[in-house]
Amino acid sequence: MQQRKKVKTQSKIDENPNSVIIRFSGDSGDGVQLAGSQVALTSALMGNDIATFPDFPAEIRAPKGTLAGVSGFQLHFASHQVFTPGDSVDVLVAMNPAALKTNLSYVKPQGTIIVDTDAFDDKGLRLAKYENNPLKDDSLDSFQVIEVPITSLTRESVAEAGISHKEATRCRNFFAMGLIYWLYDRDIEATLRYINSKFKEDIARADTLAFNAGWSFGETTESFARNYTVNAASLQKGTYRNITGNEALAFGMVTAAHLSNKELFYGAYPITPASDILHRLSRFNHLGVRTFQAEDEIAAICAAIGASFGGSMGTTGSSGPGIALKTEALGYAVMLELPLIVINVQRGGPSTGLPTKVEQTDLFQAVMGRNGEAPMPVLAASSPSDCFDTIIEAWRLAARFMTPVMVLSDAFTANGAEPWLIPDIDNIEPIPISHPEDKKDGKPFLPYERNDVLSRPWAIPGTTGLTHRIGGIEKQDGTGNISYDPHNHELMVNFRAQKVANIQETIPETEIYGEKSGDLLLVSWGGTKGTCLEAVKQAQSENKSVSHLHLRHINPMPGDLKEHLKNFHHVLVAELNSGQLRQLLRAEFLVDARGLNKVRGQPFWIRDVKAKIDSVLEGKE
Amino acid sequence: MSVAPKKTTNFSSDQEVRWCPGCGDFAILAQMKKILPLLNIEPENIVFISGIGCSSRFPYYLETYGMHGIHGRAPAIATGLKRVRPDLQVWVVTGDGDGLSIGASQLIHAMRRNVDIKILLFNNRIYGLTKGQFSPTSPPGLITSSTPKGTAHQPLYPLALALASNATFVARSIDTNAKHLSNILKRAAEHRGTAFVEIYQNCHIYNDGAFDFAKNADIRDEHTVELIDGKPLIFGKEKNKAIQLNGTSLEIVPLNEKTKRDNLLIHNEECSSPAVAHLLADMQYPNMPEVIGVLRAINAPTHNDRMPDERLPADTRVQKLKQFFNAGETWEIS
Repeated sequence: MQQRKKVKTQSKIDENPNSVIIRFSGDSGDGVQLAGSQVALTSALMGNDIATFPDFPAEIRAPKGTLAGVSGFQLHFASHQVFTPGDSVDVLVAMNPAALKTNLSYVKPQGTIIVDTDAFDDKGLRLAKYENNPLKDDSLDSFQVIEVPITSLTRESVAEAGISHKEATRCRNFFAMGLIYWLYDRDIEATLRYINSKFKEDIARADTLAFNAGWSFGETTESFARNYTVNAASLQKGTYRNITGNEALAFGMVTAAHLSNKELFYGAYPITPASDILHRLSRFNHLGVRTFQAEDEIAAICAAIGASFGGSMGTTGSSGPGIALKTEALGYAVMLELPLIVINVQRGGPSTGLPTKVEQTDLFQAVMGRNGEAPMPVLAASSPSDCFDTIIEAWRLAARFMTPVMVLSDAFTANGAEPWLIPDIDNIEPIPISHPEDKKDGKPFLPYERNDVLSRPWAIPGTTGLTHRIGGIEKQDGTGNISYDPHNHELMVNFRAQKVANIQETIPETEIYGEKSGDLLLVSWGGTKGTCLEAVKQAQSENKSVSHLHLRHINPMPGDLKEHLKNFHHVLVAELNSGQLRQLLRAEFLVDARGLNKVRGQPFWIRDVKAKIDSVLEGKE
Repeated sequence: MSVAPKKTTNFSSDQEVRWCPGCGDFAILAQMKKILPLLNIEPENIVFISGIGCSSRFPYYLETYGMHGIHGRAPAIATGLKRVRPDLQVWVVTGDGDGLSIGASQLIHAMRRNVDIKILLFNNRIYGLTKGQFSPTSPPGLITSSTPKGTAHQPLYPLALALASNATFVARSIDTNAKHLSNILKRAAEHRGTAFVEIYQNCHIYNDGAFDFAKNADIRDEHTVELIDGKPLIFGKEKNKAIQLNGTSLEIVPLNEKTKRDNLLIHNEECSSPAVAHLLADMQYPNMPEVIGVLRAINAPTHNDRMPDERLPADTRVQKLKQFFNAGETWEIS
């Protein structure tokens, strides 16, 4: 262990910081996801607010030690509310040279880098394409580099557990965790519980030994002058747990089914980053959930449509390429006017694109991506916990307006975790659904007769006197019979459009963070909410006339949106695409909106958003 | 509890049937209307689901619940419906284009899961609704609107595909063979699990006469053999030919006093191995007579039987859901 002499440790880090951002990085098999999520959980249990960002490659196990195989897990914990996993990190744990090289740009100036020196041998450096050992030249002079032979210390510490050399080496993530726990005064109990519940006896013992060894190493090594504490945050009262976006979608769907007294059917085909929804729901059979892993994306949605026809809560979920395959069936569901939920956990595109990375590039696909005029409501979740509320609202709308509803999440929201205030199910407003009952008057049943919001009745098989046929061919108004009549077609196109437009009446007043008029309104949607909000807060703290508006309802948009947009001198739309929402806003409201756009498979950084706000305000663009 | 048989008219919808005059589909619809009242199932508990194509207009003409689907996907729609509504009788109506081309995947996966649905594949060996292109069952060399010099594609054999997909009921019938067809439809309806029925159906606009060998009264007895469970396969106008197994092949033998009856193939619908059924499916005109009847009918757990069903009563589910919410590490903010 050496502390770089050039850097004075103690003067650089606040001993009682408000927030800390740590990034673990290593090979895909190094257990950095586990390490990061354990620190996050422990911090949440200690009362900090947290946000996490797993950042991993598409390959399950890319060649060891290579740049392609680097997996990262970033977490942010703080004594105040946090909205993002953070821009740049206070501490980078690099388990090998490739991890250092890939992640160095995320480290704050004067930030701390903990490296496993054992991995910086000739082979490791060669695989990471380093010509010189960065630990031995001056390239890291602006950071505090803490060199620890993690691999060899781990092996020594677990010797008494009697496990194989390979297994011993795999414990090194726990050694690194132990060091971090000591450095930031984290409570070790929850992780010890986790180790003992998750691993078989000898491995659990070895992991515990490595974990304790890492902690002790921090405590006994003189070079670490002290550790740092982060106080508890003051959050809303209640019981909390950590939740990822995909878990929240699964919980939300089961809850929506309960609230509407329906059984949930979820048809899906495995796809990154949406598969965890299927995994989670497949464990809820006793809650009346039927999951169906179909032969393809098309069968998955068609089975869900069949389930909806049968009177169940039909749902399906995928990511962009899978949604593309479902497109024809989406138009079919629009035509059938049956309730259906379709989740798109967006990832980088087009085509296979960047399967594990975040983008918001499927907004046009969601709003417009069908043949013919096939309007569909679209909602976007703003955070992991917001996925729960969004999907419940989606089912509320689907059932009331007899329409498929698209719910947008993204890879960042799906895999990221944050504390979730566990709701009391009994206090959530029920979702009333009624089906027409047996009819014996001999009069024909009208499956396309419309109510006050233009919805048709949801008549389900098994009901006497209501036998009827539905399909994708244009329907005659009222009877639902096949009709090629030109005026009827236009009437039905208009009905379907007006029905979706009617949803606007249900959208609550739009919240503005900040003044309702001023110099600049930052508009965002989906999973970038936290970052945009932080950037606006920073601007406001500099007395700049900046407000934030975040959209959940992409189609239809809120009725008061137009007025808000007109009340600001500048409208800036931040999104992880090339300007899709901006185009819609410009087309819809004739507003001269500008864009902050990023299409790199990475989330926004607060500093980028803040810099753009400043730049627009200063008239530089 | 038995219900009084329904009159045929109960199952006719008020919609005008719009197939080309003379289409084989009329004959199939007529037989369906004849057998539905015999099933003692109320019309509201029956659902017909179809894809796209001439055959797929079928649901509109029956007074039951119905879904006219999208191209090829009827088996998937039916799978979802049957999963949540095991109480319903669910029929799928498809064709050789819908079921074997665009929807081949949905068809085979429904069969291998043994979803308790009845699949009728109207095979006319041509695309009708799109005006006469070759289909996956068109014979090589067929001149069609998209193959002026004859199709170069090898055909798919629906029965072989169904057997390979482990369908638990596999049968074939002919549109105009009313008595045989109604019997097969009824047996399909009564089968528990996926019933797959190929129906030879004449498209007299684009592929007229495709099944003359099996329909023309003058020659059909020489080119078809009716399968009867527990009986030898005897055919010919004079009932003077039979089928026997020779090594791993089937062959035609004359049936007379010298024929060793013990050597004849005796049909066994319930044979656990599909091997012989595959040989039967492989009998093709003109070298062999083609089989009509039930090739295979076995009992096996259905898709719903195999799926876990640990559902709690609705009122206790919410307690369980609350437990899930609170599972793992939680903490209080006060």
